[in-house]
Amino acid sequence: MGGSVLTIKDLHVEIEGKEILKGVNLEIKGGEIHAIMGPNGTGKSTLSSAIMGHPKYQVTGGSVTLDNEDVLEMEVDERARAGLFLAMQYPSEISGVTNADFLRSSINARREEGQEISLMKFIRTMDSKMEFLEMDPNMAQRYLNEGFSGGEKKRNEILQMMMIEPKIAILDEIDSGLDIDALKVVSKGINEMRSSEFGCLIITHYQRLLNYITPDFVHVMMQGRIVKSGGPELAQRLEAEGYDWIKQELGIEDETVGQEA
Amino acid sequence: MTTETKLPFDQEYITSFSKEMNEPEWLTAHRVQALASADSLPMPRPDKTKIDKWNFSQFENLLVKSDAFASLNELPEEVKALVDVDGSDKNLYIQRNNKPAYLSVSKGLQEKGVVFTDIFTAAREYSDLLKKYFMSAVKADEHRLTALHAAFMNGGAFLYVPKNVQISEPIHSIFVHDNADANVFNHVLVVAEDNSSVVYVENYISTVESANSLFNIVTEVVANANSRIQFGAVDTLAKGVTTYVNRRGVADRDAKIEWALGLMNDGNTISETVTNLVGDGSYGDTKTVVVGRGDQIQNFTTNTIHFGKNSEGYILKHGVVKDSATSIFNGIGKIEHGATKANAEQESRVLMLSEKARGDANPILLIDEDDVTAGHAASVGRVDPIQLYYLMSRGIPQTEAERLVIHGFLAPVVNELPIEGVKKQLVEVIERKVK
Repeated sequence: MGGSVLTIKDLHVEIEGKEILKGVNLEIKGGEIHAIMGPNGTGKSTLSSAIMGHPKYQVTGGSVTLDNEDVLEMEVDERARAGLFLAMQYPSEISGVTNADFLRSSINARREEGQEISLMKFIRTMDSKMEFLEMDPNMAQRYLNEGFSGGEKKRNEILQMMMIEPKIAILDEIDSGLDIDALKVVSKGINEMRSSEFGCLIITHYQRLLNYITPDFVHVMMQGRIVKSGGPELAQRLEAEGYDWIKQELGIEDETVGQEA
Repeated sequence: MTTETKLPFDQEYITSFSKEMNEPEWLTAHRVQALASADSLPMPRPDKTKIDKWNFSQFENLLVKSDAFASLNELPEEVKALVDVDGSDKNLYIQRNNKPAYLSVSKGLQEKGVVFTDIFTAAREYSDLLKKYFMSAVKADEHRLTALHAAFMNGGAFLYVPKNVQISEPIHSIFVHDNADANVFNHVLVVAEDNSSVVYVENYISTVESANSLFNIVTEVVANANSRIQFGAVDTLAKGVTTYVNRRGVADRDAKIEWALGLMNDGNTISETVTNLVGDGSYGDTKTVVVGRGDQIQNFTTNTIHFGKNSEGYILKHGVVKDSATSIFNGIGKIEHGATKANAEQESRVLMLSEKARGDANPILLIDEDDVTAGHAASVGRVDPIQLYYLMSRGIPQTEAERLVIHGFLAPVVNELPIEGVKKQLVEVIERKVK
């Protein structure tokens, strides 16, 4: 069996009454890695939050389906169990809940009662993935993201992805705030996931992550839409020349959307 | 403001009760004097909770008949779960309503001169020792409830740790409430002499569903120079039990008192936990978690008073309020003049789980000295929707996500309890109460 397909059609999204996404179209298949690039404030993070079902974002039009199932009709946890994963830009800190307990609950939420992962198997898997991501083993017993550095939080998001093994993962600025060593480790984790069963959408405004992860498709977002798509060479041109040539080509003066902050 | 109600037992009754218990004369006199003063003393006034209509003085039975437990196997299941039944060397006191029902103290501790027994035996056999500390931290004439307590004391325990004795295994008391008509005036006294250390854990547990009982509890914790007392408690008294519980510690020079309290009563409760940091370099840490549900009204006052230089006091209170319960959290850090370099920190957080619940966190700092540090944080709010979103985005259903957040919120005390059975009990109680 091949991988899953996430299909986004003419997606319109508002936050607090302001339209941010103005018709996004995108299809991500198992085996593909897509990158969405673009300057700040063009709607990239809104897209990821809307797909996952963040409570602040209101979908006002269009559709999102995963293998023809209507994602927008699902609760957040149902979306996750259907196979979606979002590595968040700002993961929440949850005091009193250990990283390990949280991950085990996440895995068991996908299993029938009585079919829960055995504690031994869970620990073995977690240990090996943490080692792969060069994480301090103590982080398993620390409270979820509490007091984690920026880099630790990002690695922890990747750890969760590797443990949960989603069909489609969206990585929202997984590279922001990372030094080069951490960036390499995070990339290693993402590359490790590569398979025909795994599709990935990487949201970033730095090209440097794409030095370590070669995307199959690169999209540029401006004004709440995907305005240009291409292959990995597009990312390289953006790195070399910036975004101005695209703005000129398309006659865009202000690429942002609904921006105040 | 005083309501003229006749107390149910007079001087004659109390005197003969004391005689029957073979109490030393000083204790009889103490009871009689407290009884005489009770009427004229005012009620305590917990901030933001009106208690003048609460019944703290009208009750029928001073003693109810209860049998002792011949062995731990006779314990009711929920009590047995608190105890490692097969474990040896258990230092355990079990009281059934008013009746000392089981006691075990390891040989090792006896040889070191540790005293652990019920309060009546302590009065008979360790009269001088008891007298030295009994109602020294909490005085009978502070208000009507302390006076009633002193007059009607009908249960409790005494733990005495001699100089330089370090006890590693926890000492455990369980106060079982299994008679709906029992009224318990319990006095617990824990004394750690210089350079000693002890971990004490107590359970107040109702095995009846609901009751018409009155609990008036005074606990005194005396930490002498350079000693350390870790005091854990889980209170789970039933609906219909009106409780006044006063836990007070006094820390001498370089002494440490660390409280970990799970206050999970289902009835109306007035709880005050006070730590007097008397000695220089003394240390007090009070961690409290509570859950309010149904229509119960609760008031939790935590007070740390710094007298000693370089004394450090920490207060952490986390409360969950649901249904139409009311919970008031008063946290007071007081630094007296002369307590230079003292540090008073407190944090109160309240999670509201329903529209009708009422929660109030009042952090108060009272500082009479310049050269100190102090801080407080307080919040009252709902479960953070962004935290829920994060957990749910990993596939965890909403109810489970809420459960995780609430458990995490109440975890600071759970993790401090040194007895596995008690820890498990608190987790289960929390589970049951927040569901």
